[in-house]
Amino acid sequence: MSGPKSKLAEILAKREGDITSAWLELQAKDLKALSASEQMDTARKSRQFMDALKSASREGNLEDIAAVHWNPVRELLSDLSAGRAKAGYSPVETASFVFSLKQALFNILREEIANDPAALADAVWQTTLFIDKLGLFTMEAFQKTREDVISRQQQELLELSTPVVRLWENVLALPLIGTLDSSRTQIVMQNLLDAIVATRSDYAIIDITGVPVVDTLVAQHLLKTVAAARLMGADCMISGIRPQIAQTIIHLGVDLTGVITKATLADAFALAIRRSGFAVTKGGKEAKETNEEKRSAAGAI
Amino acid sequence: MKLISSESVPVRTPEDIVAVRQAVRRKAVKLGFGLVDQTKVVTASSELARNTLDYGGGGIVQLEIVESERSKSGLRLIFEDRGPGIPDIDLALSDGYTTGAGMGLGLGGAKRLSHEFEIWSKPGEGTRVSILRWK
Ligand SMILES: Nc1ncnc2c1ncn2[C@@H]1O[C@H](COP(=O)(O)OP(=O)(O)OP(=O)(O)O)[C@@H](O)[C@H]1O
Ligand SMILES: [Mg+2]
Repeated sequence: MSGPKSKLAEILAKREGDITSAWLELQAKDLKALSASEQMDTARKSRQFMDALKSASREGNLEDIAAVHWNPVRELLSDLSAGRAKAGYSPVETASFVFSLKQALFNILREEIANDPAALADAVWQTTLFIDKLGLFTMEAFQKTREDVISRQQQELLELSTPVVRLWENVLALPLIGTLDSSRTQIVMQNLLDAIVATRSDYAIIDITGVPVVDTLVAQHLLKTVAAARLMGADCMISGIRPQIAQTIIHLGVDLTGVITKATLADAFALAIRRSGFAVTKGGKEAKETNEEKRSAAGAI
Repeated sequence: MKLISSESVPVRTPEDIVAVRQAVRRKAVKLGFGLVDQTKVVTASSELARNTLDYGGGGIVQLEIVESERSKSGLRLIFEDRGPGIPDIDLALSDGYTTGAGMGLGLGGAKRLSHEFEIWSKPGEGTRVSILRWK
């Protein structure tokens, strides 16, 4: 290994400037659509990379790029891949950073070992293996960032689809819509609890009008959220329990005694307002609402 | 009882449970179930599908449209897995019993939400639960 290793280290030390400028030219060809600032950024990163490569290759082995002295090289590549993945570069565009260096190195190797074909072939071969390893590493880093970006976008979408709304000074509502699989349920419930803390609300209303099925898992999440809200000093009500859901919940054996339930979000809101000391004046409806409240408090849904 | 149609849906991932619920809902609507009956059978299917996945390690659901001797139509759902099985079925059916982190209501609830309920399970071999709801 010492031959090609020292050869690469040697030409990196001796011809760094030439290699860098050849490399930058090749990269410019691969990435035509870059803005001036992106080009400057690429040039800067290329110089840093050459620096790191030079020091690492001086210290040893080209075969094992996982070794400690390659850390700075790997870090630069990870950063670059992550940056490009986030900026929307394609895999090919990202990998071209490393792969265009191969051509640049070959050109210089040919000039330097012009008189010894066997040594040149050997050096080219070792360089190929080496650059390919760096290329693979780049792709892995790229892939990982893409996955992170995608899963973060999915999380964001989940959150977007379930906004906690502030109905009144101290009243929050969480209108749930659609299927509540367990990951989404956990996120929305957590959002609600966070919002209770952030807004110092005394009342939270979970409206399940838009939820087609309440099975034991969903019911469990609802009950846990109500209990957690209570521990934080907020009253949490559930509204929008339609007749078919009410019947099903009873057959399942889920016990909602102690949870304030209301037929509609408006009913729950009116109750919250009244409890927080505001007067609701809706001419004559007051008496009816109070009755409903008694019924729900007794566990009827 | 006559078998009119049959379809199977895998239960391997949490997303599959959503797919099971949707397939059951479609069949129930096709059979002309009212909203309450739809909700009951869909909820029961959600419970059993989740048990199949969580405890049975995944399996399959058979969705069957059947017809009684008196031409009454019904929806039969058969959940099958080759998981560890249930050592004590009566215990598993009792409300509040769970070996997981659930409420222990799914199995008994599915039974109460159905007109007919059958369960077969053998430790080491697997579990099969069949429910039927008539129109
Ligand atoms: N397919 C199965 N394979 C093995 N064990 C099962 C299966 N289905 C149910 N069980 C066992 O029966 C117990 C009771 O099931 P049940 O569905 O009633 O409650 P749970 O799933 O624990 O909670 P919940 O359904 O209320 O969320 C389970 O905890 C599990 O030990
Ligand atoms: Mg269950």
